[in-house]
Amino acid sequence: MRYLPHTKEDIEDMLKVTGQSSLEDLFNCIPDNLKTKKSMDIPQSLSEWELNVHMEELASSNIACKEYKCFIGAGSYDHYIPAIIPYLISRSEFMTAYTPYQPEVSQGTLQGIYEFQTMVTELLGMDVATASHYDCGTALAEAALIALRKNRKANKIAVSSLVHPSHRQIIHTYINPAGYEIIEIPYTKDGLTDVGALEDMDDIAGIAVQSPNFFGNIEDLKAFKDMADTKKILLIASFTEALAFGLLKNPGSFGADLVAGEGQSLGISKSFGGPGLGLLAGTKQQMRNLPGRFIGKTSDTNGDEGFVLTLATREQHIRREKASSNICSNNGLNAMTAAIYLATVGKIGIREIAQQNHDKAVYLKISLENSSFESAFDVPFFNEFVLKAPAGFEQKRASLVNDKCTFAGMNLEPFYPELKQHYLFCATETLSKEDIDQLAKEVQ
Amino acid sequence: MKEISDLNLPDDVKYTKDHEWAKLDSDIVTIGINDYAQDQLGEIVFVELPEVGDTFSEGDEFGSVESVKAVSEMYIPISGEIVGINEALEDAPELVNESCYDNGWIIKVKPDDVAQLDNLMDKPAYLDMLKG
Amino acid sequence: MNQQSGTSGLIFNEPLLWDKSCKGRCAMSLPRQDVDRAELDESLTGDAPELPQLSELDVARHYTRLSQWNFGVDSGMYPLGSCTMKYNPKTNEVQAARQGFAGAHPLVGDEFSQGALKLVFNLEQYLAAITGFDAVTLQPAAGAHGELAGMLIIYAYHAKSGKQRSKIIIPDTAHGTNPASASLCGYESINIQSGENGILEPEAVAAVMDEDTAGIMVTNPNTLGLFESNIKEIADIVHSKGGLVYGDGANMNAIMGVVKPGELGIDVLHLNLHKTFSTPHGGGGPGAGPVAVVKSLEPFLPIPRVVKNLDSYKFVTDYPDTIGRLHTFYGHFGVLIKAYSYILSMGAKGLSDASKLAVLNANYVKESLKGTLNLPYDLPCMHECVFNDEFQKKDHITTMDMAKRLLDYGFHPPTIYFPLVVEGAFMVEPTETESKEDIDQFINAVKAIAKEARENPEKLKKAPLLTKVTRLDEVAAARKPCLRG
Repeated sequence: MRYLPHTKEDIEDMLKVTGQSSLEDLFNCIPDNLKTKKSMDIPQSLSEWELNVHMEELASSNIACKEYKCFIGAGSYDHYIPAIIPYLISRSEFMTAYTPYQPEVSQGTLQGIYEFQTMVTELLGMDVATASHYDCGTALAEAALIALRKNRKANKIAVSSLVHPSHRQIIHTYINPAGYEIIEIPYTKDGLTDVGALEDMDDIAGIAVQSPNFFGNIEDLKAFKDMADTKKILLIASFTEALAFGLLKNPGSFGADLVAGEGQSLGISKSFGGPGLGLLAGTKQQMRNLPGRFIGKTSDTNGDEGFVLTLATREQHIRREKASSNICSNNGLNAMTAAIYLATVGKIGIREIAQQNHDKAVYLKISLENSSFESAFDVPFFNEFVLKAPAGFEQKRASLVNDKCTFAGMNLEPFYPELKQHYLFCATETLSKEDIDQLAKEVQ
Repeated sequence: MKEISDLNLPDDVKYTKDHEWAKLDSDIVTIGINDYAQDQLGEIVFVELPEVGDTFSEGDEFGSVESVKAVSEMYIPISGEIVGINEALEDAPELVNESCYDNGWIIKVKPDDVAQLDNLMDKPAYLDMLKG
Repeated sequence: MNQQSGTSGLIFNEPLLWDKSCKGRCAMSLPRQDVDRAELDESLTGDAPELPQLSELDVARHYTRLSQWNFGVDSGMYPLGSCTMKYNPKTNEVQAARQGFAGAHPLVGDEFSQGALKLVFNLEQYLAAITGFDAVTLQPAAGAHGELAGMLIIYAYHAKSGKQRSKIIIPDTAHGTNPASASLCGYESINIQSGENGILEPEAVAAVMDEDTAGIMVTNPNTLGLFESNIKEIADIVHSKGGLVYGDGANMNAIMGVVKPGELGIDVLHLNLHKTFSTPHGGGGPGAGPVAVVKSLEPFLPIPRVVKNLDSYKFVTDYPDTIGRLHTFYGHFGVLIKAYSYILSMGAKGLSDASKLAVLNANYVKESLKGTLNLPYDLPCMHECVFNDEFQKKDHITTMDMAKRLLDYGFHPPTIYFPLVVEGAFMVEPTETESKEDIDQFINAVKAIAKEARENPEKLKKAPLLTKVTRLDEVAAARKPCLRG
């Protein structure tokens, strides 16, 4: 096996040093009755050629192997990934390093993540950002726990019903054993979270709102901040489409205390939903409550600038059972990917891409409305929106996949049973005017 | 780390088993961590303080002190209300290392019952405890 | 091969991104604008974020230089104990990058995702076969996330039985994640000490196990690199009081093909695909932390689960006792592909050989260095061995000093100051992919450093001397945190 370098002679020489006569003898410290009698039932080893054939067979039984047109977002977005990104991130010094515990030989990771933290705070308008979490849902659950733990009186968290359905489920999984509960904030006929409904909600430790919300609509975070201030609780802002803040006001400008979001849009492939990139940021006051890693700037014994992991006392390996989270490995390489993406698009590029996402989405919405779809909500959105489809669309949608390799929106009914025949559409910069015109023609 | 004989342990304060010190001045008790505690922790990088107006019962955790790689909780030796916190520690936690009985004090408490202080150790008793 | 690999290399300075920024540059090929501008109301839009403005070469050079300041497995031996820094095969990366996988949207429907579902289903089967369990979930996003999943399963099991419990037993050799995971479920950690020879004694468990204790968390092989040979008796004690046994499978790399944790009385086990199954650590993730369970705990696994029906696969969410969802979609699929590719490349014999050679390498290091460094537990070890700095104390040299000096010799240091039960721990895990020559070089470097400790201790105090930066001021970093530029 090409990964195992030992020759027969090596093994003999090394065994001699250990005082054992065979490789099996090395396991004499394990009582015989604990050793397995059964071999591992897995396929016999494949050569690299055979592996390639097998893997291509699997990959090609996913529709994604073809050029498909994706009008679906819902937490995983189809954006263009410039060639430079996979090229640079594949450098094995980044990819095959561990967590930067030895800063003298990890300055690449450390400076890179420090730059990532900086660009994330800039994007979101926050004071501090962690070095990443697994995904938006888990980051949001951690944010909910921060709010709940800090509030000694309340044991509930108010979560908008327009937070991504999976994220609401994750929050429930995380907080339920500790005796905490979610109260869902209903949405209005405009497809926005009903801020007024919060007035009568007591015993809540925080408010979690996603903007753009699951329907793609832009929430009035200012109204939620005012409500949170009145109740003296924390506002947690969430998002699944990071590129929105190339164009929209960022959550920090509305006074969000904590922000939890998904960074997959920043140069990371969809990869069937993972690994993405959990972003978690906060105000300065929340710095020591945020779980996860931080990189900080300092200097070495010669006075030269350098970077280290810092504020580690919040973490599990020091605080053990008192740690607020058990997270250690996060999604570091994807954070580095996002940093390279942000450096590549820069200030000019992110604005233009974000604007084009919005332009295409508006064009798609108008085109579909001209093809007998009905607008569900008439409020501003970023690159996703909801339409009510004409009768018979579900069958048409299925045939579009098979015949044209086009995924025309996502049926919302499984998530919101009251929204029969409603579909969530998404348009990004990867779709051309022709793609959109083609779809509008097909569904007419 | 210091030998026990090198520790600075003033005679005019009382000691707890968790290495805090407490000193009564008119009707207010000032509390900090002692020389042994600051020496064991090493360079202190952060002190988590309660808020003025918080009330605690004897033995409650009221804050923590942190070095780069350790956290140590602080326990209040006397029930009462916090009437003062050392805000200078927010920007200069090293004061606890440099001057743990003076500039590095941590909280001031208005005690419910001053007599609780009698349960604490004087210097000889504390030294005996350290020597085990 | 007698030359040490550490040397002062061609190392460039490189400023922070924004110090290179020049107004007007953009490294992205922007798409042509082919539809009308749609202006949002001004009240909704903000200024463009102040990101750096660079050319493509600026970006390429920046990250190339940064990468050169990093040490990875491909740079040299990385014997970080408990982390299993084995070689990350390149073919795994090629497999994961295939368009059919990397381009797959998670919500296009089962019918159009059959390749991905089949891979998930197969990998679950293989991991079950390797560990000896009945069912596996691949959803947890990292080892600690798997641990949380495992604890939530134990929590859900006791909740279902009608009486929740309040405590969990954790040995002193545990990873810090163990108590942190337990307390997320509201369990109080009951710490017990391992016996004199570094192994858990059944009596210690029996003394604290009661009907209010949810179970025990055991790492086997443990963090001293020793096999917990009393595991079966311990499991019997815990089971007899209605508790469950959680296995931390972080150290699975030592025992593939030799021991199946599912046959030892362990009920739940998490694995780290970025350790045993060769997926890269990426400077801190993304990893994956699958969880394997016995049949009776299968109903509690997170949703969605993949089910096979004849030759087709689908996601199923209808499991009333499930702990719920742990990830927005189906976990770190991109990482799962790499582990799958590894298992298929190795086969049963390859995996079993990997474990044997990992144990051989660790015992070889242990025997070769035990006169040089103190070995607190001189027993046959599994995949790693733990020394400390006892011999060097007389020269006032610490584990930290020796670790830093190893950098000058071209090695990543071992794990230091862990496990906590060994003061000044120096924990070496060579892994099976290191050759005898490379290990010999490492051994020689440690011996040379021990000699320096006696003859020139001041030099060690200043180490590392050849790296881009010297020792960094962590106190200043923590006192006045500067977390953004």
